[in-house]
Amino acid sequence: MAALKLRWGAVFILIFVSLFLTCKCDNVENSNESVRDKDVDPSASQAASPGETRHGEESSTEEVQAEKQQWHTTEFGINDALEADKADSKTLNDSPGDSKSFTPPPAKDHFQEELVIRPLHSGDIYASFQFGIQLDTDFEQEEKKVSHYRLFPKSLGQVLSKFSVQELHISFTQGYWRTMQWGQPFIPAPPGAELWVWFHNTVLNVDENWKELTNVLSGIFCASLNFIDSTNTVQPTASFKPLGLGNATDHRFLRYATLPREIVCTENLTPWKKLLPCGSKAGLAVLMKSEKLFHSSFHSQAVHIRPVCKDWQCSGTAWELRQTLGVVFDLYTSGQGKKDWSLFKMFSRTLTEACPLASSSKVYVDVTDNPESELFDLSPATPVLNTAVVLGDRRTYAVYDLTKAVTFGQLRSLNLLMRWKGESGDMLRPLLHAERYVAGFGLQTGEIHTLIYNNHPYRAFPVLLLESVPWYLRLYIHTLTITSKSRENKPSYIHYQPSKDRLRPHLLEMLVQLPPHSVTEVTVQFERALLKWTEYPPDPNHGFYVGSSVISALVPSVVAMDINSTLERPLFSSFFHTKEESSYFVRVYTEPLLVNLPTPDFSMPYNVICLTCTVVAVAYGSFYNLLTRTFQVEEPSPPLAKRLANIIRRIRGVPPL
Amino acid sequence: MAAMTAMEIEKRRGRNSALAIAAVVILLGLPLWWKTTETYRAWLPYSQISELDSLQLQLSVDVEVVFSRGTLSPEQQKKVPLSQAKEQEHQVDAKNLLRYRYETKYRTATVMEEDALNQPTAQEADLSLHVLSESACGSVVVYVIPESSTLLPADVKVFVGQWRTALLRAAPLPPAGSLKEVLSALEPQVKQVIDTMSFSHQEIVGALSDRIRISQVSKESLVDSMRAIKSSPGYEITFSLLNPDPKSHSLHWDIEGAVHSYIQPLLNKLTPIANFSVDSQILYYAVLGVNPRFDNTVSAYTLNAASLAHVINPVEARLGSNAASSYPVLNFLLYIPEAHHSPLFIRDHGKKEVSSNAFHSPRWGGIMVYNVNDMYGPEAEFPVDINIDMAKVMGVFLAQLRLLLGVHKTQPPPGFVLQSPGSAGLADWELDRLLWSRSVENVATATTTITSLAQLLDQISNIVINDNIAQQVSSAVTSLQAAMAELEAGNLAFALQYSREAILASERAFFDPSLLHLLYFPDDQKFAIYIPLFLPMCVPIVLSLLKIVNEIRQKRADKLAKKD
Repeated sequence: MAALKLRWGAVFILIFVSLFLTCKCDNVENSNESVRDKDVDPSASQAASPGETRHGEESSTEEVQAEKQQWHTTEFGINDALEADKADSKTLNDSPGDSKSFTPPPAKDHFQEELVIRPLHSGDIYASFQFGIQLDTDFEQEEKKVSHYRLFPKSLGQVLSKFSVQELHISFTQGYWRTMQWGQPFIPAPPGAELWVWFHNTVLNVDENWKELTNVLSGIFCASLNFIDSTNTVQPTASFKPLGLGNATDHRFLRYATLPREIVCTENLTPWKKLLPCGSKAGLAVLMKSEKLFHSSFHSQAVHIRPVCKDWQCSGTAWELRQTLGVVFDLYTSGQGKKDWSLFKMFSRTLTEACPLASSSKVYVDVTDNPESELFDLSPATPVLNTAVVLGDRRTYAVYDLTKAVTFGQLRSLNLLMRWKGESGDMLRPLLHAERYVAGFGLQTGEIHTLIYNNHPYRAFPVLLLESVPWYLRLYIHTLTITSKSRENKPSYIHYQPSKDRLRPHLLEMLVQLPPHSVTEVTVQFERALLKWTEYPPDPNHGFYVGSSVISALVPSVVAMDINSTLERPLFSSFFHTKEESSYFVRVYTEPLLVNLPTPDFSMPYNVICLTCTVVAVAYGSFYNLLTRTFQVEEPSPPLAKRLANIIRRIRGVPPL
Repeated sequence: MAAMTAMEIEKRRGRNSALAIAAVVILLGLPLWWKTTETYRAWLPYSQISELDSLQLQLSVDVEVVFSRGTLSPEQQKKVPLSQAKEQEHQVDAKNLLRYRYETKYRTATVMEEDALNQPTAQEADLSLHVLSESACGSVVVYVIPESSTLLPADVKVFVGQWRTALLRAAPLPPAGSLKEVLSALEPQVKQVIDTMSFSHQEIVGALSDRIRISQVSKESLVDSMRAIKSSPGYEITFSLLNPDPKSHSLHWDIEGAVHSYIQPLLNKLTPIANFSVDSQILYYAVLGVNPRFDNTVSAYTLNAASLAHVINPVEARLGSNAASSYPVLNFLLYIPEAHHSPLFIRDHGKKEVSSNAFHSPRWGGIMVYNVNDMYGPEAEFPVDINIDMAKVMGVFLAQLRLLLGVHKTQPPPGFVLQSPGSAGLADWELDRLLWSRSVENVATATTTITSLAQLLDQISNIVINDNIAQQVSSAVTSLQAAMAELEAGNLAFALQYSREAILASERAFFDPSLLHLLYFPDDQKFAIYIPLFLPMCVPIVLSLLKIVNEIRQKRADKLAKKD
């Protein structure tokens, strides 16, 4: 019996630990510590072995005693092992302790960090961090797996090799990017969580790998990615092409899923920061204080892993891990109508050093609108300016190189400060922009409207629209209409995969030509399904989210794009690869939808049980009575007059009639 | 009268219908209800499991004793070869019985073996004997060499080789004695050799620690078995270089080469026991959880043994669990102290410096502190490029790895010389020792798991037992029986394999999530659902039955009264 109890104790600990690991843990370090404490504490660690109970009790009462038994300095045995190794060490050992003659081998991985600050026309500040690690390795060879890591995080490296991942993109976003007010972000992302993965074309069972991968990633990022299953996974045929090397075209190896409901918070940021070589101890990452980062209008963190060329000649291949974090601070309202900002005001920290492991560490501030500094003052001033062509526009950036001591000045700290002098002019309207909403009334049917704006004055260009709609909105695909300038617009490519109830969502992809200066409206009607009562989430009246639709396009560029890949370019301008000078790639996400489904009363099952039982019991009772009651012929009762007379007679004491 | 009879008939009809309804409810309703609300419970081999509850383990060792020339007189030689079997029985406690069976074969050396024994040194003799014939896993070969032999130094009685052979110096004997006397004189020494090379009673009892009370295990073997990581089909070995101060130290370690030349040979040797995978990482700005204290007497920072327990926690958060597998992880950390905390030394409980500057945590891994402050002068330009001497580091980690894997440091009896395993990292007989204790440990763990699972399922009748669980349980039971049979036959390799299968199947059955589904279905909810139906239905039935019984009793009383 005691053994039994202990066994169950172990089970509970296991469940407890797994809960800790999968749940939205508030702080990952803490939870890990508590797990660790369990291991160190001998009374807990031995709960699994029933025979050792008494010992466990003893040691838990005497902490010091336990430590003595648990922690051993390694002393004996080493000398022997060393002796055995002596022979080998002579051949291998290259004179330890003689560091002067030692020249380090060329590193196989590089780390770059940069921060771009862009004052937005709405008065908000967009800060975009990008951290890039490049690991030179020949991953084409299946058998040669990387198992020794320096800068590249081991956990991600193991995931890549275990699941044969070719390309992995994951993003967690809180808030919606307002394209019309803010322009295009450097790295677009939909609200909630988004994950898309290209698997290596040697993978046999892609679905199984995908399932395991989402579970592992949800553990790594402490997010609910484990809710990704076949009902929200699609295989887009055209919208998501690999961003790195490799010309994979077979979309059977691609999986795409979004969780629009995912809420992003500190517990997702902590593991994300842990992947950085310097953590949040040095370099640009010291600015990432979660109270400040999440006190913002928009927060998006992402991890992108893809194979890239080792150098500009492409003499070899390399893994590129890019961690990006974009924040939009609303300093205009929180700063009493003043648009002035500083690093300290935004992050409540200042920069004091670069990450010592980074080969480049730079801060860029967008000063395009301020050529003669008539709009604002930037202090400290920097003579270094950099011009880059980003998203179809030539921008000028003031560059602060953190690897140079002169950047930090005499105070040994860099606190960038911007003071506005005048009102900024109108911003360039983004050429492509989209929005979406649900129309209709009642809880039976509805209509999804997607509006795509082409703001280019004279150029038409095609866009790829991807819609992934959950199965419980049953799309009537025959009602699909596409109109631009009040005329029907026939898509040149359309791919539709109908849903299967509880198995897979709808997938609708089409290539639509957008006429110049137009709005194209895509509408489709749907019917709302009635779910089983266990399928509703805990708060069903909140509504159900439908993920953003994705619009991918090659937008005609005003200025010539930079297609020369030989030049060393900042990270923010090199994410999407441009192949031609005249256009650039843009991905736009629409708003996610919140749709109400017919929702039952959830106390219903018990009510139904009680009601039916009562009805059955009443019916049964009367039947039973009818069947078992003994019936007798009763004397017909005397008429009313006689009865009245009898009562009176009784009162009078006379015998009745 | 007619009215009376009509009423009688009516009454009887009412009674009969009440009885009929009661009968329908009892005969049809109850079984239907029982059948539809029943939990599915697949059949389990309870009788076999209860047999496993009392464990009778027999371990058989094949021993070969080879007499070289000059150790037996010619007439004694005529009586060999012969074989003997000896059994020892130990009743560990009421439920655990251990029986050791030594099957000893005696024979004289062949010509080639004689040649091999004529080599100048014991090491060479060992090698050439290994080349001649390779003995089976778990067996022991003892070569008895004459007292005058120069193979061994004068004070050495027994030489244990790198493989499964030992050389034993014969005691001087009057040549006239019978073979029996010779053998009985030899026996204690042979026993000592076997205890060293295959298993000792204490170690086996330590391996049984899952099944027996702690007081029966000697402290030493308990510490050993607690330190060694639990048996598992695979292990992840992670080497982490902790560089808390990348601004001052730019560290380079050739971990790939070091793993290849130091760790891999040992792991190759251990492939029968488990699969190992090795990886490494470098963690920057990873600090220990305690602040070392500056000691003026040695002008160095020191860490006390008492504070070592607090070192790991903050580091552990950075290590990251292994994302890609669920095998247990053995962590080996190499800590390079910050420039302003160097040098750093570890002190043991006696306040003495630990020569290796390393410590290990049972079932977790090891940490070594590696001071680099003397590798550069005060005028050095930071960060300093430092190359880590991997031979020194790996020596420590290899020793810790052996401890954590349960390769016990055997204390040889006086007069014994153990050949060091060399580049292989592990002698064959050491591997055998590990296999013996691992097999017994696996059998012990799997039997406790299976018996407690059976007990649990027996006690809680609400648990659904699915077919896959029943299948896992029966496969665990058959593997356990096979493992015990193989141990009895002396086939060590098969025994380990079966015991591993048994432990896997039993754990899978025990931790199957389907067992938890209906475990906590509360009774009050059950009543809440049943009462609205059952109460109004049963009350009239019960009442009318009571009424009928009362009437019958009344009638009987009337009849008795009439008779009187």
